[in-house]
Amino acid sequence: MTASTTDPEKAAKGPMLAADGTPLKKSLSRALRVQKLRALALVAPLLIFVLVTFIAPIADMLFRSVENQIVSDTMPRTTKALGDWDGTGLPPEVVFEDAYYDLFVAAERKEHTRLGSRLNYELTGASSLFRKSGRGLDELGEVYQDQFKDLDKNWDEAQPWAEMMGSDDWLAKEAAWEKGERLPKFELRDGVDELLPRTAEQYAAFATFTHNDDRKSLLKEEPWSAVHTALYQDLAANDYSGYSGPHADMLKAADTLVASPDFQTLPFKDGFGEIDKDWLEPGIWRTLKLYAPKYTSGYFLNSVDMKLTPEGVEARPQNERIYIMLFKRTLFMSLVITCSCILLGYPVAYILSNLPSRTANLLMILVLLPFWTSLLVRTSAWKIMLQQQGVINDVLVWIGLVSDDARLTMINNQFGTIVAMTHILLPFMILPMYSVMSTIPKTYVRAAKSLGATDWTTFWRVYFPQSVPGIGAGSILVFILAIGYYITPEIVGGTTGTFISNRIAYHISTSLNWGLAAALGSILLAVVLLLYWAYDRIVGIDNVKLG
Amino acid sequence: MNRTKTLLATTALTVAAGAVSAEDMANSMTIVSWGGAYQNSQLKAYAEPYAAMHPEVSISWDESSAEAVAKLRAMNEAGNITWDLVDVEAADSIRLCDEGLAMEVDVDEMLAPGEDGSSAEDDFGDSLISDCFIPQIVFSTTVGYRTDMVGDTPPSDICAIFDLETYPGKRSLNKRPPANMEWALLCDGVAKEDIYDVLATPEGQDRALAKLGTIKDQTIWWTAGADTPQLLADGEVVMGSTYNGRLFSAIAEQNQPIGMLWDAEMLDFDGWVIPEGLPEDRLARVLDFVKFATDTQRLADQAAYISYGPARASSAPLVGQHAELGIDMAPHMPTDPANATNVFVTQYAFWSDYRDDIDAKFQAWLAQ
Repeated sequence: MTASTTDPEKAAKGPMLAADGTPLKKSLSRALRVQKLRALALVAPLLIFVLVTFIAPIADMLFRSVENQIVSDTMPRTTKALGDWDGTGLPPEVVFEDAYYDLFVAAERKEHTRLGSRLNYELTGASSLFRKSGRGLDELGEVYQDQFKDLDKNWDEAQPWAEMMGSDDWLAKEAAWEKGERLPKFELRDGVDELLPRTAEQYAAFATFTHNDDRKSLLKEEPWSAVHTALYQDLAANDYSGYSGPHADMLKAADTLVASPDFQTLPFKDGFGEIDKDWLEPGIWRTLKLYAPKYTSGYFLNSVDMKLTPEGVEARPQNERIYIMLFKRTLFMSLVITCSCILLGYPVAYILSNLPSRTANLLMILVLLPFWTSLLVRTSAWKIMLQQQGVINDVLVWIGLVSDDARLTMINNQFGTIVAMTHILLPFMILPMYSVMSTIPKTYVRAAKSLGATDWTTFWRVYFPQSVPGIGAGSILVFILAIGYYITPEIVGGTTGTFISNRIAYHISTSLNWGLAAALGSILLAVVLLLYWAYDRIVGIDNVKLG
Repeated sequence: MNRTKTLLATTALTVAAGAVSAEDMANSMTIVSWGGAYQNSQLKAYAEPYAAMHPEVSISWDESSAEAVAKLRAMNEAGNITWDLVDVEAADSIRLCDEGLAMEVDVDEMLAPGEDGSSAEDDFGDSLISDCFIPQIVFSTTVGYRTDMVGDTPPSDICAIFDLETYPGKRSLNKRPPANMEWALLCDGVAKEDIYDVLATPEGQDRALAKLGTIKDQTIWWTAGADTPQLLADGEVVMGSTYNGRLFSAIAEQNQPIGMLWDAEMLDFDGWVIPEGLPEDRLARVLDFVKFATDTQRLADQAAYISYGPARASSAPLVGQHAELGIDMAPHMPTDPANATNVFVTQYAFWSDYRDDIDAKFQAWLAQ
């Protein structure tokens, strides 16, 4: 675009113009916009990096704390049907029917065990119940499959089924399909979904699975037994004497068979009972109903020692409560660690900032040295120092301060965690303190003294207030690092020195209960933000300086 | 350069005659294991001989088995499986199978038949505890003690753990419930065959915890298998539970004053799983490797480097001597008849159901 073509008349009317003739306002805002864009372009790489690698995964992880789609995705019909059930006794037969069809497909896709492990977090035993049922459901359908097969072996053949259920168009395409090509999308024959509604639905589900998961032709694969079960239900419900579509004789014969008193049937409820008697207990159904919604508060409730029940929210029994206690312990111990870092770090930082720079630099290396050692090595070293047969105890016994059979227990408890973590986090306290202290002019101290202040007054009234921003910065760093630590507490914490983060790690890597881990993590994050807010209110975040 | 490669490839083809055509197989493979002596035994017994037959294949190792379940799930969600073969404990293989993260294995088709002529399925027998699991070794969780700290009557019974009078001093036990709960009930007078029935009830769980409560303040709870041997060596504990291979190595390789019990050892399996969703060429390579690495001879060879028993019945007679110490390894196998007089076989179905529940109670109990 050209900006220099100007109309002198127009320019005369307009307000102030830039050198090239465009209005000054416009020209200025353009320049500003370009500047802003350039600034944005400069930060864009980092911004995108942080968004993609940090913010997005955290948001995704936190989202898992409420996400619960697996139940309704795996058992869509059942969860819907359970909505109408009042939750007392056993659900009606129709729920068992829906559960049969849902689980059958889920088992073929090997998704039922995933649901089982999900529900096992809420109901002990769900895991093996679902695993077992995946195998057992086949037998339920075989009752019908076998009887139809004995009547006419075409009922166990792929081709007649496909001809009965599929449209002519689709049949032609399916017949022409060759390996390696895309399979033609299955289409139901016109009217079959009204004629044989359940069978059509189940056959379509079978068709989708065979095409998408197995990648096989429906002319080669005989349908699974759920289709036969559905066929029995249709035949029992309707009259097919007037049917004249493909394989009319076969269907009519089957209709007669179903109507005969010899035909064996098995109610869905009984079938489930045969797989496992737990299906005839209300427990599993109540759990399914409770966790049917796509989003659940269950994980958050679990992480504050409560649980979701059909009667509402209730507290867990005393012997299962752990998380509230761990949250409190984590906060308390992080606070203790922060305080001991201040106590130990302040004198060091003070000396460092008052020494000639050559000595200070040498000592600084000693402060930084632990940074260059592996965290595991440092933690394990504390084990050797603190254990009962360790260095410190040996020295104490040798001096005679402690008798040999009463050695101090200094590790695998809170004390061990506090000692090891204070040591590990100390540099994070010393460094900000040092950089703040080294900016305090020494003349202030001299001035105070020359005006007659004692050493203590000089320190307390003049020096210390100026070093507070360093303490603030160090405390925030140490506290926030401590609250999320888990390797050190795991190694030296024993049973009384472990943090909430150890449970989060357990649920992420061992129990695979990521929902609960996410809920615990969200709470921890919220607590940290809350404390930060309180800190800002009380101390003021402007009073924090890193140098 | 190119000629060397072709030459190598041709040699490999000749050696691997009868296998699937080598061109369809990927030439690199990432194997995940536990690191340490155990991974080394796999390297020596499986990977090095395989690499000698197939010089074109490069194998890289990842010591991530402890976090394998979580990492496989994350890889699966990201749609980028970078592992080809993963060594996991049997209980984890059930979890991975349930979650659809591990591939189901047709044992007779994919694995070599036993050298004694039995089919692969018969040869592996009870060790095939999940549809996705390819067993390698039998190991056991058992108890070791300081020979110089137990007086003249070294323990011979698992209940010595709970006997603070005869064996005063600290103990070390696993920070997870399996094995601890069974031992507690056994020593509280529950008959062995009833233990899991009792443990399935809340009262039974409380009973086990109450029994463990009698030694709670004398117990250090470990999280890594190396902890107990270290604690024993330092004299921190008088006895403690760990894996039998760790005790063997402390006793035979490091000459520590440690003895071990085989009484009520908890037998467990460790083996391979193949991640679900590998591309065809990588899958072909993995299957070729696994078939070789789990044949009768290879499993027997592994016992020369570590005292874990081969998962195949047909491998047991072929177990020879320790590769460096030259001692017979058969008497150090957890499955040796002399050792296996009183064993628990880990009840995987039970623990897959009750693990979350009992672990919650156990951790709450520990923290109190």
